[in-house]
Amino acid sequence: MTAAPSSTGVVGKAPAGPKADTAPRKVNFDLKQSGIYIAFAITILVFTVLTEGVLLSPQNLSNIIVQQSYILVLAIGMVLIIIAGHIDLSVGSVVAAAGAFAAVMMVNWDLPWPVAVIATLVFGAIIGAWQGYWVAYFGIPAFIVTLAGMLLFRAVTYWILGNQGIGPFPDEIRTLANGFIPGFLGNIGLGETLGGADLFSVIVGLLVVAGMTFAQYRSRAARIRYSQAVDPTWLFLAKVIVPAVIVMFLVVQLARFRNVPWVLVLLAVLVVGYTLVTDKAVFGRQIYAVGGNLQAATLSGVKVKSVVFWLFVNMGVLSALAGLIFAGRLNLAGPTAGNSFELDAIAAAFIGGAAVQGGVGRVVGAITGGLIMAVINNGMGLMGATKPQQVMLVKGLVLLGAVAFDVWSKRRAAGAK
Amino acid sequence: MSDTILRMQGITKTFPGVKALQDVNLDVRRGEIHSICGENGAGKSTLMKVLSGVYPHGTYEGEIEFEGEACRFSGIRDSEHRGIVIIHQELALASNLSIAENIFLGNEQATRGWIDWNKTNAAADALLRRVGLRESAVTPVLDLGVGKQQLVEIAKALSKEVKLLILDEPTAALNDEDSAHLLDLLRGLRDEGITCVIISHKLNEVMGISDRVTILRDGKTIWTQDTADLTEEKIISGMVGRDMEHRYPEHTPTIGDEVLRIEDWTVHSPTQPDRALVRNANLTLRRGEIVGLAGLMGAGRTELAMSVFGRSYGVNISGRLFKEGREIRTRTVREAIDHGIAYATEDRKRYGLNLIEDIKRNISAAALDRLAKGGWVDGNEEFKVADEFRASMNIKAPSVESVVGKLSGGNQQKVVLSKWILTDPDVLILDEPTRGIDVGAKYEIYTIINRLADEGKAVLVISSELPELLGICDRIYTLSAGRITGEVPRAEATQESLMTLMTKEVQEVAP
Repeated sequence: MTAAPSSTGVVGKAPAGPKADTAPRKVNFDLKQSGIYIAFAITILVFTVLTEGVLLSPQNLSNIIVQQSYILVLAIGMVLIIIAGHIDLSVGSVVAAAGAFAAVMMVNWDLPWPVAVIATLVFGAIIGAWQGYWVAYFGIPAFIVTLAGMLLFRAVTYWILGNQGIGPFPDEIRTLANGFIPGFLGNIGLGETLGGADLFSVIVGLLVVAGMTFAQYRSRAARIRYSQAVDPTWLFLAKVIVPAVIVMFLVVQLARFRNVPWVLVLLAVLVVGYTLVTDKAVFGRQIYAVGGNLQAATLSGVKVKSVVFWLFVNMGVLSALAGLIFAGRLNLAGPTAGNSFELDAIAAAFIGGAAVQGGVGRVVGAITGGLIMAVINNGMGLMGATKPQQVMLVKGLVLLGAVAFDVWSKRRAAGAK
Repeated sequence: MSDTILRMQGITKTFPGVKALQDVNLDVRRGEIHSICGENGAGKSTLMKVLSGVYPHGTYEGEIEFEGEACRFSGIRDSEHRGIVIIHQELALASNLSIAENIFLGNEQATRGWIDWNKTNAAADALLRRVGLRESAVTPVLDLGVGKQQLVEIAKALSKEVKLLILDEPTAALNDEDSAHLLDLLRGLRDEGITCVIISHKLNEVMGISDRVTILRDGKTIWTQDTADLTEEKIISGMVGRDMEHRYPEHTPTIGDEVLRIEDWTVHSPTQPDRALVRNANLTLRRGEIVGLAGLMGAGRTELAMSVFGRSYGVNISGRLFKEGREIRTRTVREAIDHGIAYATEDRKRYGLNLIEDIKRNISAAALDRLAKGGWVDGNEEFKVADEFRASMNIKAPSVESVVGKLSGGNQQKVVLSKWILTDPDVLILDEPTRGIDVGAKYEIYTIINRLADEGKAVLVISSELPELLGICDRIYTLSAGRITGEVPRAEATQESLMTLMTKEVQEVAP
């Protein structure tokens, strides 16, 4: 699901076409919306060729997802904040603080892990509420508030940990970060070349595909019932088949290795949930309204301050979640955890098509942006480019290029008016 | 007679998919005030952008001749160098800089790279005297009202030794007093030999100030005539291509019970909390009635409306509100909307619309809860509702999924009105509902306003154009320096009587 380049048939995201009852909509290729997915496909293609297919091997796919999972969790929260016209520079420090907090509870105090997890998420919510208060109700720019937060929560981390790492974590936390779904039904043979794969995962994958297809079909049927413009049949089929193929490919590959990682399940739930919220929930609409035109939103009765406040609370919770995953993955809560995570999350959102001025952006876009960076990271690693400056150079250029493309396409759209 | 200073011949300008100008000709005589009229989208601004080099030579076809020489401007600096200065509708001043800094922005009075502030400010003061602006040159521009900022723009143009001054809708945002001052200034400049080209929607001004008028329609020149031979009706028929006998639709009101009563309403300035902008105002609105609120700029019209609409403007607000006889509170915009009050702003681009979103999401913005169940929006229902508005309001767009920022002013205004109608209000406050809208679309807006009144809503129209208030309102309140100075039924109101009331309090208060 995460890798699917198309969301599940969300109403109203497609570009405008001529009237519905006249003809199926002209395929008005929206380069800005689809450019990110094309870029993603090209990135994968290039590195698949360069690594002679190793990139897409079962074990490597699993690695990419597990290694990037916490950045993707952060990117979901970050893109919402960016849509609303703000920024959060503190997430890296919050990741560290939340990891430290969880470690003290689970390792030093021996609290049961579910209690510790919930307490950690609440801890994140409180941090988010602190920052949300200053941004929304006190009126300090988010850049400043979260820059201060970056220092404050790093200090909190050192204070909690006393300048040393705490570990190891309970098995459950490590499983969340590193573990895989157990096979409930055993393996099935997929022939000589593919070998065995976990049957349960394959069935779940098929169910997910069926669900996606059904959701797309239902949305299309509803649009036709309301005589709205719909994609021509071939494009509709493409939008059903391509994600289905990608999901099945991913699931089968993972099922051939050590099965689907738990973090992928978590991510899939988050992506579907947050996509629904941004596209269909009143709260989601209000985020776009606030970022698109703050004054107009205020005068339309949107409780602007409350929207911004809750966005930061949400970011705090997601940062805490990312903190748990990261600490569980390292099996250690260290004082330097999460360094520069904020930059990766922000870059993911912008590569994924979020606009610097706010009002524009998508959760799926941010995830794709994060995955592009993950593939570059991983692919370059496979090719032997292990020096950090090489990866940084490429990531920097990709970020600049993505935003340059955004600015260019806007200027072109304005000129064509 | 006088010689020709500017000749534009066969100008054709094409944008992808649209021919904005088609073989346009324009002759301007030295020392005249020449008005260009046309509906929105007729190509007026495009023509001026061609002239001033915003669209450089080579991006259009045709010839420009200025003072007998062919011109090929590659940018706005070229045209300014020749003495052609354009003042855009949206003023281009840096509001945090002083008047003097703005006047000489890009043209700094400097010796060897160091600015000579004495020279700068003295020169600026001289220019301010010339345009009749009694402000110090070191005053920051943000402390000035729109009218004064317009004068700063003109002073800036004069500093460049302008020969041909182009003004795009110079009085659109000005009140009558400031407009009159500006027009007087332009007459003065004409006497000094400066030629002016004015783009304007205000036909009385066009008639009052210009020597000749050129009409553009659909990117083509229709005609150029001496103003002496013209009437407003003739200009309108040229602009719309048809005779407009009635600029205001006929309407017989059915007036019902009182819906909203505002009592003893007082609002203070957010920047100077001891200064009252609205003082002890009393207003009554009734079902089916269109009520006008007339006042000069700064009289407190918008301040009154916005403070009633969820205290979205002003501080230390006092007074009482009664909805159908029961006292209500509107402490937030949400509460105001829930009490059936809607306010369509005078500045739709800044305060009314999310320009990067599509039509349907703008229409639903204030009434999402009506389209949602348990916090989830029904996207199909939203589409349906928006599409019904597209049909009933005649919003010209290929689909309700078109981006609002690309619509014309009139269609944007229809989106704003749709948005508020969807909240199902009992009281609609429309602040300058036809500002920046062409004549044809204005008529449509008036028809919509009448329809709303017929549905039993109370409508309060705030407008700077007295003919408009006289044309559509059943009753008109006048506001002067924050006080209600009169309440006149339409039958008894004239422009003169309203203007007297609108300036009344000021004269009494003045020592």
